[in-house]
Amino acid sequence: MSAVRLGHRVRGYRPGRLAYLTLLAVLFFSGFPLYFSLIVASQDNSALGRIPPPLLPGSNLLANIRRVFDTVPFEAALLNSAIVASTITLSVVLFATLAGFAFAKLAFRGRTVLLLLVVATMMVPTQLGVVPLYLMMTELGWTDTLPAVIVPGLVNAFGVFFMTQYLREALPTELLDAGRIDGAATHRLFWHVVLPAARPAAAVLGMLTFLTAWNDYFWPLIVLSSPENYTVQVALSNLRSGYITDYSLVLTGTVLATVPLLVVFVVLGKQIIGGIMQGAVKG
Amino acid sequence: MTTAPPTGPVGSILEHSPRPVDQPPGELRDRRGPGRWRLWRLDRAVSPYLYVTPFFLLFAAFGLFPLGYTAWVSMHDWSLLSDQHPFVGLANYRELVADPYFWNALKNTISILLLGTVPQLLLALLLANLLSRRLRGQSFFRMGMLLPNVASVVAVAVIFSQLFGRDFGLINWLLEQFGVGRINWQAGTASSHIAIAVMITWKWTGYNALIYLAAMQAVPGDLYESATLDGASPLRQLRSITIPMIRPTIIFTVIVSTIYGLQVFAEPQLFAGSGQDSVTGGASRQFQTLTLYLYEHGFHRGFQFGYAAATAWVMFGIIVLAAAANYLLVRRIRSTT
Repeated sequence: MSAVRLGHRVRGYRPGRLAYLTLLAVLFFSGFPLYFSLIVASQDNSALGRIPPPLLPGSNLLANIRRVFDTVPFEAALLNSAIVASTITLSVVLFATLAGFAFAKLAFRGRTVLLLLVVATMMVPTQLGVVPLYLMMTELGWTDTLPAVIVPGLVNAFGVFFMTQYLREALPTELLDAGRIDGAATHRLFWHVVLPAARPAAAVLGMLTFLTAWNDYFWPLIVLSSPENYTVQVALSNLRSGYITDYSLVLTGTVLATVPLLVVFVVLGKQIIGGIMQGAVKG
Repeated sequence: MTTAPPTGPVGSILEHSPRPVDQPPGELRDRRGPGRWRLWRLDRAVSPYLYVTPFFLLFAAFGLFPLGYTAWVSMHDWSLLSDQHPFVGLANYRELVADPYFWNALKNTISILLLGTVPQLLLALLLANLLSRRLRGQSFFRMGMLLPNVASVVAVAVIFSQLFGRDFGLINWLLEQFGVGRINWQAGTASSHIAIAVMITWKWTGYNALIYLAAMQAVPGDLYESATLDGASPLRQLRSITIPMIRPTIIFTVIVSTIYGLQVFAEPQLFAGSGQDSVTGGASRQFQTLTLYLYEHGFHRGFQFGYAAATAWVMFGIIVLAAAANYLLVRRIRSTT
């Protein structure tokens, strides 16, 4: 029986046709809403009332895109989101790598307790602190500015946890010792040994962080009030909240906001998946 | 302010301890002068703290402090419209529990949480089980499954609002073809909850499936081999081997999904469309969630910060209770199978 000789990790039975059909069905349901939003985005509104509904893209996409840019300052929104998301990404990756290095490879008093604290904070629903956060931003004079959106996102516990895990395995202690013997100070080790070794994990963490920051909605909605300061998600919701929803308009905005992420996902999806799964296993 | 659930249960990472090197190599001590040596020691002692400080400082200032300060604000009559904010004790809380709309929001939230989480995690478990087999096109299926997670909650809410539209929605068109007739999804309590739960399920099922898959791959293969030899069916293997073995991961996903589900905001807000409905969760508040309720009072109507803070603090209590209850519930998996 071949089942007995299967390598580990692999189940003792082969997937049947039903397994493939189920997965294909799931893929269809995963992809269809995104595909359909592209269809709606490429039609004019009158086509949406047609029976049966259109299932192929129309020719109105460019016109709709123009309408999006005329209705809300969407180019500002894209730029704002790019600024917010890249600043947050750089900061999260840098501080997570620093802290991850310390937790993974340096000995210091209180290390275990502090690491436990990091893990505990991963579960804290910080969203519930919006009221005082808003008061703080008022106090600082930052309401309706990008720093108000950026600063609360500069670090996150997941990043620290993720980098600690990665560096613990991927960074050879011998390499650090060799650097020490050559008399390198810790900060030089960080720049010349740790950062290069952390690059694959930093890339994954960077992408996950960028995605989350780009997609963030609740806090930007609260703290940003003028359209030229909106991030993409707030601008989108603004498109939606007209008296009568113009779906081809809103979904064109949605497509514009989502396509850059989809491109990144298609190019780097394997690494992203690897990162998510890596974060999950070490139980 | 990210709300996406992070990955991974913890555990073993805390047991590892790096080898302490508090003595420099002998030759180093000889070669350098005493000043260098002191600097070296200072570097070794201080650097670790220096490196973890930015995280703790920023997290304390913009994560923990606001959360804690919420309790303080909640005991004041605090609004943006007035410079005075007198202490009122528990008045905000008394007002909150006396408001039927609060209980309505709590009920809606729990209903949406159950509808959006239970089927989602079961589905994720089944999918992960399929993906853990010897499939052709593994990474293709994995990527396809994660695709919805790339879209923002706003995008998801907008796309599904269109699909669930009363007059021109694709779903109603399909229902009509099958002779079921159109449903005004926004109007009904149950129907709107189902629509919102579908959005949550669509976005998060694949993500959780990947997390389960990762945990399943760590289960020793020989367990399945001997089960197969004993004639255990695939379903039986899932129930008796896989689920008990990945229990920590299940606990983790259940808790994270609960925390997420109790704070659902964008889906109901955008599903309602425009104007007042988007804050009240429909004309008769049929799908107003707790976070929407908080938003309505704190940032939409009169900026009643004290009252909104009381809401947030109660939500925090509910989240802690729900997480603990889930933990106890899922812990029983092993004893019941």
